[in-house]
Amino acid sequence: MVQSAKDNFFRGLKDSIPIGIGYLSVSFSFGIIAVNSGLPAWLAVLISMTNLTSAGQFAGVGLIISGAPYIEMALTQLIINLRYALMSVSITQKADKSFTLLHRLLISFGVTDEIFAVASRQETDIGRHYMYGLISIPYLGWTAGTLLGAAAGTILPESLCTALNISLYGMFIAIIIPPAKHSLPVLKVILFSVAVSCLLHFVPVLNRLSEGFIIIICAVTASVIGAVFFPIKEASS
Amino acid sequence: MTAVYILVMAGVTYLVRMLPMVIFKRKIESRFIKSFLYYVPYAVLSAMTFPAIFTSTKSLYSAIAGTIVAVTLAFKEKNLLTVALSACATVYITELFINMIF
Repeated sequence: MVQSAKDNFFRGLKDSIPIGIGYLSVSFSFGIIAVNSGLPAWLAVLISMTNLTSAGQFAGVGLIISGAPYIEMALTQLIINLRYALMSVSITQKADKSFTLLHRLLISFGVTDEIFAVASRQETDIGRHYMYGLISIPYLGWTAGTLLGAAAGTILPESLCTALNISLYGMFIAIIIPPAKHSLPVLKVILFSVAVSCLLHFVPVLNRLSEGFIIIICAVTASVIGAVFFPIKEASS
Repeated sequence: MTAVYILVMAGVTYLVRMLPMVIFKRKIESRFIKSFLYYVPYAVLSAMTFPAIFTSTKSLYSAIAGTIVAVTLAFKEKNLLTVALSACATVYITELFINMIF
């Protein structure tokens, strides 16, 4: 069955609607937090439009506010977003011939956890039109949500804003707990990472480390331990 | 200043996504690197969440309540939106109670 470019684009759009709705709510929180941290609204929107990543952006705002060195910003983004490198590689394994250099340069911008998850669920090779469809609605949702959140952050009562602060962490918990339930190695890596994180936050002297470096240290040590003691089975993704 | 931060953020984030998609045409063979990359998201997200989640709201008690609700719903494999918004609602209600009592 041969599908036209237009069919594939619309199939991508349809598959991405749930992602777009989810992004709307998380980026809404991002907009509020960014504005309440002291960033102007247009800057929050610009960050969302140029980064399209949740954890990296939340960490990035913290680093901007604290006036961290640029190298720390670069390293933090590198480590937090390193997972995207694997996802990009994984997508190339399923990409059909329509993925020429120009389109690889454009499509790679839209690789996120959720977009990758939906793309990798496809049973056949994927084309560029499907990917463009899949990226469009989440990108709009992410941008619009940030704008709405940044606007609301200055209007909404403070009690509602602080309640929304927890939404990002709620989303992270929703991402990490289900796999941990089914995989003991994942659970052990998570517990190790949390233990190191708490150690670096609460032990005197160590707690002088900045947030970005704490995340880097936790991510590298816990992932190396996972890779050494619980290497993944071949052929599993 | 802020413009440089955003340039660094966006630039690094884009390169991390773009370079592998442009360069890689073959599968990664190293089992160690594949395993390492497999664990990175879990390690990053858990380190970002704990202990930061406990200071993300106005009181430790509302944060603990929100965390318990989020972990419970995530364990039941509810979707992202349900977990995130339920945690927010729990925090909001808990803080209303705290304000009423004290």
